[in-house]
Amino acid sequence: MTPEEIEALEAQIYAYVGKEVCTATPAKDAVNETMIRHWTEVMGDTNPAYTNPEWAASSKRGKTIAPPAMMYVWNQEGYAVASTGRPSDAQSDLVQLFNDHGYTGVLGTNVKQEYFAEASPGDQVVMEMVIDTISERKATARGTGYFYETLATFSNQNGVKLGTQRFRVLKFIPQEQPAAASSDSALEVPTRIPSPRGHDNKWWWEACDEGRIMIQRCTSCQTLRHPPRPMCGECQSIEWDAIESTLDGEVLSYTCLRHPSIPGYPKDPVCAVIKLDEGTHLVSNIVGCEYEDVSIGMRVKGKVEQVDEKTMLPQFYPGTGGARS
Amino acid sequence: MSDYPTLNFSEVNVGDALPEQEIDITSGLVVSGALATRDYEPVHHDKSVAQAAGLPDVFMNILTSQALMTRFATDWSGPEAVVKSLDIKLGAPNVPGMVMKVTGSVTAKDDASGVIDIAVMGENNIWGMHMAGTVQLALPQGV
Repeated sequence: MTPEEIEALEAQIYAYVGKEVCTATPAKDAVNETMIRHWTEVMGDTNPAYTNPEWAASSKRGKTIAPPAMMYVWNQEGYAVASTGRPSDAQSDLVQLFNDHGYTGVLGTNVKQEYFAEASPGDQVVMEMVIDTISERKATARGTGYFYETLATFSNQNGVKLGTQRFRVLKFIPQEQPAAASSDSALEVPTRIPSPRGHDNKWWWEACDEGRIMIQRCTSCQTLRHPPRPMCGECQSIEWDAIESTLDGEVLSYTCLRHPSIPGYPKDPVCAVIKLDEGTHLVSNIVGCEYEDVSIGMRVKGKVEQVDEKTMLPQFYPGTGGARS
Repeated sequence: MSDYPTLNFSEVNVGDALPEQEIDITSGLVVSGALATRDYEPVHHDKSVAQAAGLPDVFMNILTSQALMTRFATDWSGPEAVVKSLDIKLGAPNVPGMVMKVTGSVTAKDDASGVIDIAVMGENNIWGMHMAGTVQLALPQGV
């Protein structure tokens, strides 16, 4: 879009700020026990304040209430939305305006409900809604667009304000359209990042796959080295073989990776540098105890384990097979 | 009453962790949740429409996420707690086949009003953060 086109569009969209999406409209049904029961069954919510009249009668409230999170439910449009779409209003007109200019992407980003009073069966929820704010044009990870926010206000039949809802939506120009999902929609459970297997270290990972952790050894001067590399740092020989580690060792250094959590990895993993009894160091995880129980110098014993569908890795446990000092 | 105890404001401390919940995201939960909240948008019950929108399957509607977040808080607090607000930032969709883990802890206490803030995070095992936000509860004070 040219700056002139953007200016013209913005003049149109900002005219919607403050416009009424709906005037005070009573819900089609009064708050009722049937809809509350359906909701609590599905949500697995066993709160007796919603569905147990005997308990509620003896509670501070004296009667059952509707779940607060149902506040917006009472005024939802009916099934016709699925077939004929929503009736035209200021919000749908605004959305259409965005769509017509290429801002076809839509993403609900935030919803905030505040509750001032509880509703009980028999109450009539009345909702009014306005378009409250529209942001400036913003570049987002999803694409360039605008955030607009509706403000709905809920009252009961006596004019008592029950609460408000702010709903924020991003309308954006989609970047690269993702290829529509194929009909085979099986979700792939994420696994760990595959180990990089090159000319110099493929042998090490292949041994790991078979449950053995190897340490490279210079056949010229017998110096051990890890991670695998082609030349001895002591004598520059490129002749080598390898020994198998017993995976006995101690903690040289450690930390807990709390953020970010990465799909496919356990939450809050303890990452440590292990000083193997053979003398080389290995970066690995400590499992089988809490982070708080790990300490520098602690004896650990490793086992090669399958940590996900595709990955074998050494994992270290506190304690031992006996300190070798 | 004693069958359904409610935490007293004085028993709760900033830093207290709430019991984790793991919720299996099934087609049944997604579709039933949409219908129980009168949300008939086709992306929540019609797989072909959801796929045309670029998702692998129907996905959970926001009103169900809101329900699960308040349930997480009041399952812990007990029924005399009054929900004061629910503030949710929405992340990756919840799609059937996923498992959402909900965790949270108390982050603030207001002595004057008896209101506590609970920071809640709902993460699914495939795409990560589905919802993050704050539930405010007013707890009974005194005896």
